[in-house]
Amino acid sequence: MASVAPRLPAVALITVIAYAFDCDFAAAGALLPERGGSPNADRIASLYTVVLILAAVVFVGVTVALAFALVRYRSTRSPTAAQIRGNTRLEIAWTVAATGLIVFIAVFSLTKFGAIEHPDRAEANPAAASEAGIGDAGHGVLHIRVVGRQYIWMFQYPNGATSFQEMVAPVGVTVELDISSRDVAHSWWIPKLGGKFDAIPGYVSHTWFRLERAGLYRGQCAELCGRNHADMTAQVRAVAPAEYARWVARQKRLIAAADRARDDSR
Amino acid sequence: MSTRTSLDVRIGTGVPLLVADRVDPPTRHGWVGWVTTTDHKRIGILYLVTAFGFMALGGIEALLMRTQLAQPGNTVLSPQAYNEVLTMHGTTMVFLVVMPLWAGFANYVVPLQIGARDMAFPKMNAFSYWMYVAGGIVFYGSVFFSPPEAGWTSYTPLSSGPYIPGNGTDAWIYLIHLTGISSILGSLNIMVTISNMRARGMGWGRLPLFCWSMVAQAVMILLTLPVIAGAVTLLLTDRHFGTCFYDPHCGGSALLWQHLFWFFGHPEVYIMILPAFGVISEVLPVFARKPIFGYKAIAASSLGIAFLSMLVWAHHMFATPLPAIALAFFMLTSMLIAIPTGVKILNWIATLFRGSIVFRTPLYFAAGFLVLFTLGGITGVMLAIYPIDRQVTDTYFVVAHFHFVLVAGAVSGIMAALYYWFPKMTGRFLSERMGKLSFWLQFVGFLATFLIQHSLGLSGMPRRVYSYRADTGWGVDNLISTIGAFILATGVLLTLVNVMWSLRTGAKAGPDPWKANTLEWFAPSPPPAHNFDVTPVVRSVEPMRELRRQIRTAHRSGDGDE
Repeated sequence: MASVAPRLPAVALITVIAYAFDCDFAAAGALLPERGGSPNADRIASLYTVVLILAAVVFVGVTVALAFALVRYRSTRSPTAAQIRGNTRLEIAWTVAATGLIVFIAVFSLTKFGAIEHPDRAEANPAAASEAGIGDAGHGVLHIRVVGRQYIWMFQYPNGATSFQEMVAPVGVTVELDISSRDVAHSWWIPKLGGKFDAIPGYVSHTWFRLERAGLYRGQCAELCGRNHADMTAQVRAVAPAEYARWVARQKRLIAAADRARDDSR
Repeated sequence: MSTRTSLDVRIGTGVPLLVADRVDPPTRHGWVGWVTTTDHKRIGILYLVTAFGFMALGGIEALLMRTQLAQPGNTVLSPQAYNEVLTMHGTTMVFLVVMPLWAGFANYVVPLQIGARDMAFPKMNAFSYWMYVAGGIVFYGSVFFSPPEAGWTSYTPLSSGPYIPGNGTDAWIYLIHLTGISSILGSLNIMVTISNMRARGMGWGRLPLFCWSMVAQAVMILLTLPVIAGAVTLLLTDRHFGTCFYDPHCGGSALLWQHLFWFFGHPEVYIMILPAFGVISEVLPVFARKPIFGYKAIAASSLGIAFLSMLVWAHHMFATPLPAIALAFFMLTSMLIAIPTGVKILNWIATLFRGSIVFRTPLYFAAGFLVLFTLGGITGVMLAIYPIDRQVTDTYFVVAHFHFVLVAGAVSGIMAALYYWFPKMTGRFLSERMGKLSFWLQFVGFLATFLIQHSLGLSGMPRRVYSYRADTGWGVDNLISTIGAFILATGVLLTLVNVMWSLRTGAKAGPDPWKANTLEWFAPSPPPAHNFDVTPVVRSVEPMRELRRQIRTAHRSGDGDE
C-alpha cells in the first residue's frame, strides 16, 4: 500500500494533462472554461490550460512531498526526530523559485492579454461586415448596446432596432458591446463568447466577440440582482451576415409599426 | 498537596521564578459567574460556545441551499427565501463563526502562551464578547421580520436603493457595526497584551507563532474594520437619510461601495485564515517532535501577508470597468501574496521532514489543511489572471475557491485548534476514535462538496442562483455536491458530539499531554483563574522543553519529591 500511494498523484497528474489537452472531451467545462464561440473565449481557455498544468505540477509536488513526509517519518519508522531549525540557503532557494514561477506566470499571461482584450483589426472580415449592412463608419465593427435591468437584458442595434433577452448577431463580424445598467448591478456573461463584464449604473463596460459559426449561445446574469436573478437569462443567436441585415431591418420596421399603431390609438 | 510539592521542586532546582503576589477573589459559580466574568479563559470559552452555536445555524442554512440545488427546478426554497438564507449563511460564517472562534482561541491561549495572568484590559475584553453577542442577536432578530437578502457583500445599488422591501439590510449594517466594535477592541486588547505582558525573557524573537499570527491579524483588523464600519454607515445614511454616496442618479458611485467593501473584504480573508496558519505552526512541530522549520520566515511571512492583503482588493472587481493599469497592478499584487503563503507551506512540510510524527487528531486536521489549502491557494493565483477571472468569477468556481480557503483552511485550523487545546481547557482529551472519524468525514465530504463545484463554475453556473434548468446539465454535479455537504455536516456534528461526550468521560489529560513547546502547557489543565503560580523565565522559542528537562532532573535528583 505504501509503495502505491506515492504514485497515485503522478497518475492523477498524467490524467489531468491528458484530459486538459483533449479539448473536445473537456469542452463540457469539467476542467476548462467554455470555448468554441468566439476567439477571445478560445484564447482564455488556452491560457487557462497552460496555467492549470503549472498549477497541477505545483499541487502534485506539494502533495507528494507531504505524503512522503507523513509516511516515511511517522514515529514507528522514524523513532528520533532530527532537531533542525531551518536552512537559510534552502529557504532562500525556494523563495526565489516560488518568485520565479509567479513571475513566469505573470509575464506569460501578460503576453496573451492583448488578443483577449482587444479584437484584432487584421482579422476583421470586411465582406461579412458589408453583407451585414454595417457601414464604414464603424470600421466594419458592429456596436451593440447591452442594457441590464431587473430581470431582462435589452439590446440596442445601430439602426435603432431593439431586442430583449435574445441578441441576434452576424457570424464573422467583430461585435463590440457597451454594457450598462438601468437599476442595480448585473453581469453580462455568455460563457462561450468570453468573460463576464459587469453592468453597473453610471458606468459603461466594454467587451467584444466574433462569432465563428451559426448557432445559439446561452448565458445568464452573473451578479446577484434581486429575487429573480436566476431567471435573468440571455442568448446570442449567431446568423449569416445577410440574414442579420434582414432581421435587424425587419425588427426596426416592426417597432416603428407598433409605435405608429400606439400613437394612432391614442 | 501535590501542586505545592511540585512547586517546591521547581523552586529547589533554581529555575528563576516570579512569585504571584495576588490572591484571586473567589470565583462566582453558576450562570452569574459566566455573565459577569472578566477571566480571559471564561470569555474564550463563551466565544467558542456561542460561535459553535452560530456555526450550527450557518450549517443548517448551507444545507438548506444545497438541498434546494440538489436537482434542477427544485422548490424547497422560494427565490426570496433562497436569497435570505444565502445572505444569512455568508454573514453568519464570516462575522459570527470564524472571526469569533479565533477570538475565542486567542482569548484563551494568548495570555497563557506568553505567561500572562490575563488580557491587558479584562473588562474591555468582556465588553468585546457582549458586543459580539449583541451583533448576533440584532442580525438573527431580523429572521422574525425581514431578513437581509443582498448577499454577504450587500452590493449597492441593490442594498442601497428601493429594490428590496423590508429592513433586513439595516440589521446587516448593525451587525457589522456591533461585531466591528467587538473585533476592533478585541484586537487592541491582543496587541497591548502581547506587546506588554510577555514573560521575562520572551523577546519578540521567542514569541509563539500562534501569537505572531494574532499580531498580524490584529494589525489587519485595526486597519480595515474601521473602513467597513464607515462604508456601512454611508450605506445606512443612503438608505434612510437621503444621502447619495452610492446612488449614481444624484452624483454617487455604485462602485465606491465595492472598493470600500473589498478594501476590508480581502484582508478579512486573511483575518480568518492567519490564526489557522498560527495553529498549524504550533501543531506540526509538537506532533513531529521537531522544532518549527524557519521560525523567522514563518513569523515574517505573516506580517508580509498582512501588508500585501491591503493591496489586492480590486481583484474582486476584475469584471467591473477598471483602467488597464489598475487591472495589471491588482493582478501582480494578488500573485505576489502567493509567495509568503507558499513559503509557509514549504516550511511546514520541511518541519515534518526527518521528524518522528505522532498521528493524533490535531495532526490529521493539520495535514488535511496543508493539502486542501494549497489547492485553494493555487486557484487563487489562477483567479489573479484577470481574463481567466472574468470567465470564472461570480460562478461556482469562486464558491469552490473560497470554501477551499475558508472551510478547508480556516475551519480545519479551528478543528486542529479544538483537538489540540481541548485538553488544556477541560483537563480531558477528546476521543481519538471519534476525532479521526470526524476528520475523514469532513475531508471526504468537503472534497465531494467543493471539488466538483470548480467544474460547475467552468461550465457556466453562476453563484447565488436559487435554481437552474434541467437542460443546463448541472444536475449531476449539484447532486454530488449536496451529498458531500451532508457528509461534511455529519463530520462536524461528530466533533460536537465528541465535545459533549468527552467533557464528562474523556481520558484525563494532565498539564502537558502532548509534550508541547509553549507555556500554556506549564499551567495545570484547566488552568486556575490566575493561570500560573509562578511564571518561568523564557530562554527559547520552546520554553516547555527546558522546563520539562529541569523538572525531570529535579525529580531524578530526588530530594523533596512526593
